[in-house]
Amino acid sequence: MMLDHREHLTEPVRSSIQTAVHPVHYAVNLPFDLAGFAAERLARRSALIEENARLRDQHLLYEARLQRLDQLERENIRLQGLLGSSYEVEESVLIAELMRVDLDPYRHIIRVDKGTRSGVFTGQPVIDADGVMGQVDSTSRSSSVVRLITDPSHAIPVQVNRNGLRSIAFGSGNLRELDLPHLPNNADIQAGDLLVTSGLAGRFPRGYPVAEVTSVERQPGESFARVTARPLAQLDRSREMLLVRPREQRGFDDDELEALQEIEELAREDPLR
Amino acid sequence: MTLAPQRGGWVIFASIVVAYMLTIVPLPEWGRLARPEWAALVLIYWCMAVPHRVGVIVAWLVGLGQDAVQATLLGQHALAYAIMAYLVLRLHQRIRIYPLPQQALIVLLLLLLVHVIQAWISALVDQPTPGMAYWLPPVVGTLLWPWIFILMRGVRRRFSVQ
Repeated sequence: MMLDHREHLTEPVRSSIQTAVHPVHYAVNLPFDLAGFAAERLARRSALIEENARLRDQHLLYEARLQRLDQLERENIRLQGLLGSSYEVEESVLIAELMRVDLDPYRHIIRVDKGTRSGVFTGQPVIDADGVMGQVDSTSRSSSVVRLITDPSHAIPVQVNRNGLRSIAFGSGNLRELDLPHLPNNADIQAGDLLVTSGLAGRFPRGYPVAEVTSVERQPGESFARVTARPLAQLDRSREMLLVRPREQRGFDDDELEALQEIEELAREDPLR
Repeated sequence: MTLAPQRGGWVIFASIVVAYMLTIVPLPEWGRLARPEWAALVLIYWCMAVPHRVGVIVAWLVGLGQDAVQATLLGQHALAYAIMAYLVLRLHQRIRIYPLPQQALIVLLLLLLVHVIQAWISALVDQPTPGMAYWLPPVVGTLLWPWIFILMRGVRRRFSVQ
């Protein structure tokens, strides 16, 4: 037990036992799958058409927003290149679905239907449409356990989107709350601030939204402020989630640097700029 | 002295699988906290009824399975179930002849023991201490015991597990 807790030596053993009990999970999940399947099959035509139209609108909206983002990203990469820092290439994602099984009620863990067979690995970040959900805790061949960011033993490095102030958000055991206990009283943070992943510690990629600050209590007698935040991800509602595979950060190679420097010089020489 | 042929191993196996499934069937919030430890209850019955077949080692394996099913620390349930099985094996001849309410009391003690061991292990690995609701499952398990006993006895006789 201690080996499992401290050293993770038993990882393969755990993985194979979990693979062995996978049919149990599958059997429990099956009725819900069937119900969902039946609901899809028996959905009314008009409802489907309506949903289709709605999704198409949404798609268009996102497409338009994405165009601007593409351009911003390119500009961002260029600026970072000028600063000589590294940048992250795009991550690839894998869509997984929640299995409807109850695990331990005292920890915030869920089981999803993708495992090592699909390339899931321990520590992989999990996000949904709104924000970071958690990370993969253990894997078996065709399912894996995800620990949510609100689990009391989970912590995630974040930064305030407004000013880059870095901190660590701890799970509180409450699905709607994260704690940031390490911010001093004079820290520049206020209710409504967006917290995004800072990319420190190298587990979560940078820049994904995590939570929104809900309250900041500054007590003069104490050295740290009491900051709480509300996770943006629909932790108890999302049925589908994305497993992100972060690529390694890389710097610019020489050719790119040269090209960037040329651009910079041109920009400097150009009197109109 | 002739040994009775061992029969119905698959019934024992199936009952354990059903217990696992009951352990993870989604329940509403109030039910999640009160969910009894089905695997432990089924184990207690088999240890009592066929102690020559289901003993400490089987209990340990079932506990490992339970750890995998619930994604807890590997060995947490295994240790608790093994100790529980040992106690049942020591006492099985007495427990068998008790009337059902008295049996249920013994079961309460066993389930509480399992829970205390779990709580200790959780504390050792720095998980936060659970609230009072943590002690609900053994009580629910005890209340269910007479029915489980009658049901399991029916199953055992029907498939003549020996």
